[in-house]
Amino acid sequence: MAEPRPVLEMTGIVKEFPGVRALSGVDFRLFPGEIHALLGENGAGKSTLIKVLTGVHTLDGGSITLSGRPVRFAGPAQAQQAGISTVYQEVNLCPNLSVAENIFIGREPTRFGRIDWKRLRREAAGLVDRLGLDIDVTAPLSSYPLAVQQLVAIVRSVGTADGEGAGTKVLVLDEPTSSLDRGEVLELFALMRRLRDEGVAILFVSHFLDQIYEVCDRMTVLRNGTLVGEHMVRDLDQVGLVQLMIGKALGQLDELHEHQLHADVGEPLLEAEGVGRAGGIEPFDLEIKKGEVIGLAGLLGSGRTELARLLFGADQPDSGKVTVGGKEVAMSAPNDAIGAGVAFCSENRKTEGLIPDLTVRENIILALQAARGWTRPIPTAQRDELVAKYIAALDIRPANPEARVGQLSGGNQQKVLLARWLITRPQLLILDEPTRGIDIGAKAEIQKLVVSLSEEGMAVLYIAAELEEVLRLSHTIGVLRDRKLVARIANGPEITPTRILETIASGEHQ
Amino acid sequence: MTTTPRWRALTHHHLFWPVAVLVVLLLVNIPFTPDFFSIKMTDGHLYGSLVSIVLFGSPLILVAVGMTLVIATGGIDLSVGAVVAITGALTCAHLSEQADQNALSGVFTALAIGLAAAVVCGLWNGFLVARMGIQPIIATLIIMVAGRGVAQLITDGQIITVSSEPYKLIGGGYWLTLPFSIFVVLAVVAVTALLTRRTALGLLVESVGGNAEASRLVGIRSRRIKIMVYVFCALCAGIAGLMISSNTSAADGNNAGLWIELDAILAVVIGGTALTGGRFSIGGTVVGALVIQTLTTTIYTIGVPTQTNLVFKAAVVIVVCLMQSPKFRAKVFGAKRAAQQPPAPAAPADTAPTADAAPKLEVS
Ligand SMILES: Nc1ncnc2c1ncn2[C@@H]1O[C@H](COP(=O)(O)OP(=O)(O)OP(=O)(O)O)[C@@H](O)[C@H]1O
Ligand SMILES: [Mg+2]
Repeated sequence: MAEPRPVLEMTGIVKEFPGVRALSGVDFRLFPGEIHALLGENGAGKSTLIKVLTGVHTLDGGSITLSGRPVRFAGPAQAQQAGISTVYQEVNLCPNLSVAENIFIGREPTRFGRIDWKRLRREAAGLVDRLGLDIDVTAPLSSYPLAVQQLVAIVRSVGTADGEGAGTKVLVLDEPTSSLDRGEVLELFALMRRLRDEGVAILFVSHFLDQIYEVCDRMTVLRNGTLVGEHMVRDLDQVGLVQLMIGKALGQLDELHEHQLHADVGEPLLEAEGVGRAGGIEPFDLEIKKGEVIGLAGLLGSGRTELARLLFGADQPDSGKVTVGGKEVAMSAPNDAIGAGVAFCSENRKTEGLIPDLTVRENIILALQAARGWTRPIPTAQRDELVAKYIAALDIRPANPEARVGQLSGGNQQKVLLARWLITRPQLLILDEPTRGIDIGAKAEIQKLVVSLSEEGMAVLYIAAELEEVLRLSHTIGVLRDRKLVARIANGPEITPTRILETIASGEHQ
Repeated sequence: MTTTPRWRALTHHHLFWPVAVLVVLLLVNIPFTPDFFSIKMTDGHLYGSLVSIVLFGSPLILVAVGMTLVIATGGIDLSVGAVVAITGALTCAHLSEQADQNALSGVFTALAIGLAAAVVCGLWNGFLVARMGIQPIIATLIIMVAGRGVAQLITDGQIITVSSEPYKLIGGGYWLTLPFSIFVVLAVVAVTALLTRRTALGLLVESVGGNAEASRLVGIRSRRIKIMVYVFCALCAGIAGLMISSNTSAADGNNAGLWIELDAILAVVIGGTALTGGRFSIGGTVVGALVIQTLTTTIYTIGVPTQTNLVFKAAVVIVVCLMQSPKFRAKVFGAKRAAQQPPAPAAPADTAPTADAAPKLEVS
């Protein structure tokens, strides 16, 4: 059976950063009409391979051919012109422009030499519609949650891939599904399959192995910047795949599935009464006890993040009151909540989390230092010990406290953000998509960590797009729908993802 | 062409380019002034071009150091020149009314009044930026424009002259063979370095400038920090104002510190602190200010005609800024390297231009 010629071939790719060899001689090929998964642990070099391909980074060695011809792009714009559309891991759109402008930026439809705004909006709305999204394309991008922004980035690249005569040969998607709910994932997959059938080659990165098996035809696995194998998806099962990715058998991965939630939930810690904010979430009551894990479930835009932000004072509630440990907290700014022992790990690590220019160490101690005030720096010895401890505990790579956070791989950045708040030992830890972009091994570690923290008495409010993840960890599940907390369900063996989905759909708990 | 790791580490140090530019500028003077580097002792005072560069550059270093912290928070302070004028005017006005201008108590009250005015200006800027949320460039424009008027009101539109020995010391006197202002600069730089690096202030400033929203969510009281840096910046400008008026024993509300804000901003940028905020380098700023002062001196020593002074200065500044841009260096030196290598098989067949011509072609 003769294979068709690959549309893209990368051979012997080498990329070095000061002190790090991100890729050492990686071969990669992509065939027309296939969905090809690129897999590997956090920091394996997936995003770097993509950025080398599209000219974001210059190549230190190796060669790239596109449709049989050698190419080397000076920048993403050139790659785009040559037919490679890319969605990068960190959404890089303009938050203050409208959705429609973001979709067409750089290739606006023109009429008599001027931008044809009517057509731009109409076409943008059409593209958004095809992904089954119900959003207003004239609203600024920043008014939508991260998941929608991610979808807009996809629409933008697919728009070029899909448009008449666009000539897209290759579509690259670096962790496009990391904050999407099941519904959007399905829409995206349908679109990917359609493009594949039209002959587009798709490169897909994800840490959700189930998604790989659902939609991909072929996969390439990287480990520590080297190629460890290329396989047809049907030839390799999940166990074998994980083994390839981490280089050893992973026995304890399923341990957590059998984990019993501890029963000794303590006295009430935080009580919210009628807390709400116009345009954000309707007034809700919520009680969180010491040692309790509350998971939030709901569809995209149901108000999960909004609820969390109110409990942290990131947005100011315009009604209701919050008490922590019996004392009322003003919630006029995050400071108030932090003072009361509340921590909030935002889903959007790029704009609301990390300071990219600062080092890993500085980012990790930032919350603790802010709480101490500027006059009382953390003593050096204590600081270094704390940082080393959390780098080791979360397996942040490279394990170099001096590395600039902006240069870490996506998953490792996420771990830094987690470390920042864990180090403050809060009473209530609000985690909004804490495992976004984190590889399968580390994900299990983080979930175990949440369990053990709650056993020690820390209360946790946990938000995750994956329902299974929420169910596995939570004592109580808060269900949101249309910006309203519609039900609180005590977790138990009879509670299944289907039950939760039914509750979301009907808006009430039977 | 192999580069040793040592050399690489050196060229990657954040002070490498500013210092290299400074050294080159200093060397340029030698053909014009052969004894440029010599320092002579006369009457127990050290004299020489290097000493004068530091002496005349002192006010700029002070202003630039304050400006560095403001810029690191993502702001900018255009009012420093006006603050220089106000401080000098108030201090000299008070001093000139004294019966005995040499009395220490009178000099100290005059200093205190001048610096207090500077602090008030800083508080005002900080209030507008941090509390009212006004764009820093607009907020500080207010004092930049109105401040000079205030200074002129204080001096009644005249140039106030004083004759006070103790006051003269600050900007024109000598101590331990060196100009006293050098010690003032050393003290201010040392205090700034300690204040920012021995406490957590530097980290919090860089955090606020690096990502304001993330800093808010991490619980940093960024308003307080911003007000602090504007006050500090104004205080530095105030000290510079004292120095300038002390040097000439006069307060000129019109011309004291004129355009110093622009030189200060340039010094900060040459020193490697980005205008977008975030990481800052006090050492870099000091070098940057010295580069600018050396440039000014060089313009005189090599005899650039007065009319073309500013054009010459601008040209040098452009070159310096381009040299600092990694992208530009990659283009110029990258093109050079590519031209020296045999053309890669993938490259189009047209022969590369000569190594000399390549960089110039790429500049456009
Ligand atoms: N600009 C940079 N400067 C220095 N090192 C970098 C830079 N970008 C990436 N690296 C390093 O290269 C390695 C590979 O990173 P990369 O982002 O490709 O990982 P990844 O496979 O995409 O991981 P993840 O699943 O976490 O997104 C990491 O060790 C990372 O720290
Ligand atoms: Mg990545």
